[in-house]
Amino acid sequence: MPKDQGIGASTKRREDVRFLTGTGNYTDDINLHGQLYVHFLRSDVAHGKINSVDTSAASAMDGVVRIFTGADFEGIGGLPCGWQVTDRHGEPMKEPAHPVLAQGKVRHVGDPIAAVVAESVQAARDAAEAIEVDIEELPAAVDMKEAVKDGAPLVHDDIGTNLCYDWGFVEENKAATDEAFANAAHVTTLELKNNRLVANPMEPRVAVGDYNRANDESTLYTTSQNPHVIRLLMGAFVLGIPEHKLRVVAPDVGGGFGTKIFHYAEEAFCTFAARQLARPVKWTSTRSEAFMSDAHGRDHVTKIELALDADNNFTALRTETYANMGAYLSTFAPSVPTWLHGTLMAGNYKTPLIYVNVKAVFTNTVPVDAYRGAGRPEATFQIERVIDKAARELNVDPIALRRQNFITEFPYATPVAVEYDTGDYNATMNTLEEIADLSGFAARRAESEKRGMLRGLGVNCYIEACGIAPSNLVGQLGARAGLYESATVRVNATGGITVMTGSHSHGQGHETAFPQVISEMIGIPEEMVEIKHGDTANTPMGMGTYGSRSLAVGGSAMVRAAEKVINKAKKIAAHLLEAAEADIELKDGTFSVAGTDKSVAWGDVTLAAYVPHNYPLEDIEPGLEETAFYDPSNFTYPSGAYCCEVEVDPDTGKVTIESFAAADDFGNIVNPMIVSGQVHGGIAQGIGQALLENCAYDENGQLLSASYMDYAMPRASDVPFYQVDHSNGTPCTHNPLGVKGCGEAGAIGTPPAVINAIVDALRSGGHDHVYHIDMPASPSRVWAAMQK
Amino acid sequence: MSKVSMTVNGKAVSGDVKGNTLLVEFLREDLRLTGTHVGCDTSQCGACTIHVNGKSAKACTMFAAEADGADITTVEGMANADGSLSVIQQAFQDHHGLQCGFCTPGMVMTAAALLKENPKPTEAEVRHYLEGNICRCTGYHNIVKAIMAASGQDVSAIAAE
Amino acid sequence: MYNFDVVRPTSVDEALSALSQEDAQALGGGQTLIPTLKQRLAMPTTLVSLSGIDSMKGVSVDGGVITVGGATPHAVVAGEVADAFPALAHLAGNIGDPAVRNRGTIGGSLANNDPSACYPSAALATGATIVTNAREIAADDYFQGMFTTALDEGEIITSVKLPVPEKAAYIKFEQPASRFSLVGIFLAKYADGVRVAVTGASNNGVFRWAEAEAALSADFSVAAVEGLSAPSGDDMISDLHGSGDYRAHLVKALTKKAVAQAS
Repeated sequence: MPKDQGIGASTKRREDVRFLTGTGNYTDDINLHGQLYVHFLRSDVAHGKINSVDTSAASAMDGVVRIFTGADFEGIGGLPCGWQVTDRHGEPMKEPAHPVLAQGKVRHVGDPIAAVVAESVQAARDAAEAIEVDIEELPAAVDMKEAVKDGAPLVHDDIGTNLCYDWGFVEENKAATDEAFANAAHVTTLELKNNRLVANPMEPRVAVGDYNRANDESTLYTTSQNPHVIRLLMGAFVLGIPEHKLRVVAPDVGGGFGTKIFHYAEEAFCTFAARQLARPVKWTSTRSEAFMSDAHGRDHVTKIELALDADNNFTALRTETYANMGAYLSTFAPSVPTWLHGTLMAGNYKTPLIYVNVKAVFTNTVPVDAYRGAGRPEATFQIERVIDKAARELNVDPIALRRQNFITEFPYATPVAVEYDTGDYNATMNTLEEIADLSGFAARRAESEKRGMLRGLGVNCYIEACGIAPSNLVGQLGARAGLYESATVRVNATGGITVMTGSHSHGQGHETAFPQVISEMIGIPEEMVEIKHGDTANTPMGMGTYGSRSLAVGGSAMVRAAEKVINKAKKIAAHLLEAAEADIELKDGTFSVAGTDKSVAWGDVTLAAYVPHNYPLEDIEPGLEETAFYDPSNFTYPSGAYCCEVEVDPDTGKVTIESFAAADDFGNIVNPMIVSGQVHGGIAQGIGQALLENCAYDENGQLLSASYMDYAMPRASDVPFYQVDHSNGTPCTHNPLGVKGCGEAGAIGTPPAVINAIVDALRSGGHDHVYHIDMPASPSRVWAAMQK
Repeated sequence: MSKVSMTVNGKAVSGDVKGNTLLVEFLREDLRLTGTHVGCDTSQCGACTIHVNGKSAKACTMFAAEADGADITTVEGMANADGSLSVIQQAFQDHHGLQCGFCTPGMVMTAAALLKENPKPTEAEVRHYLEGNICRCTGYHNIVKAIMAASGQDVSAIAAE
Repeated sequence: MYNFDVVRPTSVDEALSALSQEDAQALGGGQTLIPTLKQRLAMPTTLVSLSGIDSMKGVSVDGGVITVGGATPHAVVAGEVADAFPALAHLAGNIGDPAVRNRGTIGGSLANNDPSACYPSAALATGATIVTNAREIAADDYFQGMFTTALDEGEIITSVKLPVPEKAAYIKFEQPASRFSLVGIFLAKYADGVRVAVTGASNNGVFRWAEAEAALSADFSVAAVEGLSAPSGDDMISDLHGSGDYRAHLVKALTKKAVAQAS
């Protein structure tokens, strides 16, 4: 019988009621009295010198309040980068300025040139069309390998190169790795791309800036995964507003997937303009605008080599990756191809020597930053594709080759500087083989072939580092922020609890899952616990939600705060029960004295805390409210094994996903229903990356996939029902809940399974020359692969 | 400006609109029915799906003037008379058919239109009918499951957790 | 969007009068036009909605000819011709999505003549007659290249007459993002021959594949198509979603599927 409350229960989500009845409160639902609207005039060329911006005619148009250009932001800070990477030679990365509105040059299609603030959206847009912009178009740097050659157009003239950094990891391993390759019995080499994606949360970004002259306070309502981070970055680095005069609210947020982590120009602009004009200023992105202003994801070009000995043991791994930064450094961009990627290159395998080289390149494209998985999908795709190719070259079973090289003893220190605390990769693979019915594949293939279709099966593993992150460690690695999380547990007089968390929920179900934990700890119904998040005015400084960190870090902070509450409550109970504190036990919402029938209810203790008539005032303060900050001591390491079965139509190249199975190890599970939902969503995004999604530029830097007309989002008919399992949890050893995080797994583990399956299908059809297909494996690409 | 009158969720409403006022703008801004969302500008995401005279339509791809005299239902009008969740809404909650909630109003409206036309749809029919509703969170698994459950079909055999 | 007025006439005459104003433009279901207006790619002063003209709505079947009112939504066509002309019902039932099909109309689709739209292939393959307020236009004369038709300024498609074939099939291979046709094949077999219309593929809009028509008129079999070379990819659309050569290949591959389905 499944539990119906507390940890392990599939409690239905309480937040659903407002979303199902249309009573959610998303940022675009917020309209303030006297509100103005801003429209950004954006560059339609990828690279150009701004000769002049004449706003005089536009400024005179009806409804226009004021037009801002780059000149209005001279002397005001640019958008900061939150992570500094040090290159192979000990030099800091190149860090060009990122102005709120373009100054001197435009550097990508969509770069904002001017901002028109007007009484209506239409008036703003009309006036934007009347701005006379003289831009001298320059040749664009688009292809990364071309961009780092001598003589390439420079995205930023002042830094003299398009190479942001040339990173080696672990540099000290390079010589030994090269030597292992020289001595290898077999080397498998694969060149591949990790396609550029657009995160596309269904809610486009929105910002509403407000300013209260009476107290000199600014408020920004914004679609953010981490309002405190925005407050810090925007307040301290861009606008110079102290945090106590700046409130950032991220109300209901319609999905994030990474792209709503970052601090964007539009947020700073709305906050700035509201102060200048003393009226609220609102910006609502259109989807078309989102394609050219939301940070993109992925976009790596990689050569990976795997060395094996005569017994097929992995002896070394070596990669060279070009990672696209786009035109400016987005908030956490430099960390993605380095510390979120290089450190995962061991995968699930005991490869003793690894060397990763990453060249981060500026191009005249939209900035690239974290998107669901962030670095880890890129690592997983390389590792699992090259292993698959090796298995085919060596004519060995791809699963057996993986199992042979699995890490089996924990803790395990990888050659890429992380220590996996727990895991059982054979267990998840065993479960996968069962739920994916691998033994029935031959019969299914025969049935497909009878219908003239090619059927393929692809399997892969993944590991990720989540629960981001130990602050002292990431500080050493270049992070300019701490990555702890916070929680305040406020017990009310009548026993109900309000938890203020620094985590942010934008689909993950915190409002349901977090109370399950408190309910379990105290033994009170979940309904007695309410979660507040998303407003810097009433939550402690928190770092927000990304990197599958909410429960592992934010949940841990909440546990720590709840422990403090319980400890204090036990003191009060001991007083009320006239017993020693050490003898007080808390179970099912009742404090009792061990070995006696004396007890006092939770609500009586909480009431005593606020009505302290019979209370140990000489020892403890009244009230029952505690705050904790939790800084993890290590990352968490979710892992798993995924299986995809596809059918390929040899006449058209169209790939159909026939089945998909995922066996994950997320450690302990608080709400299995929510965890499954997270995996489902990740799988669909992984299938999207593998089959459909392609953010493409032409050679002039024009965005070809600029709307849903050309950027293929996965739809219901593109995916099957998924088989997911998370029964093989090996609890995390270093956080109080033993949880690992589940939000990104699907997006990390899925793409190689799909491509492995397609390659398998094509080879089964006699196309023995096919070892790889770049993503997305569109019908035309698959068909072309069959023609060679 | 011209005057439009229509019935929205059973209530007669009217307002002055410009020719280029979209129906979704009239609903969200004039009537403050913000449950209907705008997720794209190419008529593809379906977050703005409503019912016009009993049939689904994208409120972002229709002018308010075109709805003059029409009977409109939005997600705000979908709950039972006593305010409790309708069968479809309840199925979405029971089967975790939503995460961030942004596409959800459109999904609920499309599901209602489907079940009206086809009371016992197959999995393939549900997926096909959702062609114009994009969800980025759920991978559709639990949406399809919820709609089949709302139609009274036994979904216990569909992979749950 | 720029400013414009929307008027809703209830008769064809009223609509014509409204359309005679300068920069007035007809508005069918708006499923393509409204997104275009949002991008500010059109600047009408008045949009003349045809959705209030009852005489332009509905489907009738008479003597082997199906007549569809110009303002009839796709969903209605899909329902009404399911028995009489299943291939047409299939086409109409797979345009866009359900909400689009409740608004978008056959007249709007044919007047726009998007090179990837579905309806032009049905009209051309059936040798349909495009009936306007002023005249009747044979499909072979009507389509004049992408987004170009024989319609005059202010002319309205009031109905479309489609002769029902003996056998027919529509195979749509979707462009994965827009879900328009990457290539769509409408195959129609009549007593006097076979017609094959191709949408989605050509830079010149919908076209008839003459070689396939000849081969299939002589021998209505998959083998007859198999023996043909795919049409040249040189004049076909080449984009993110497929090269001209790929589209040319699809024309042949999908025609075979269409024959197999219609047989």
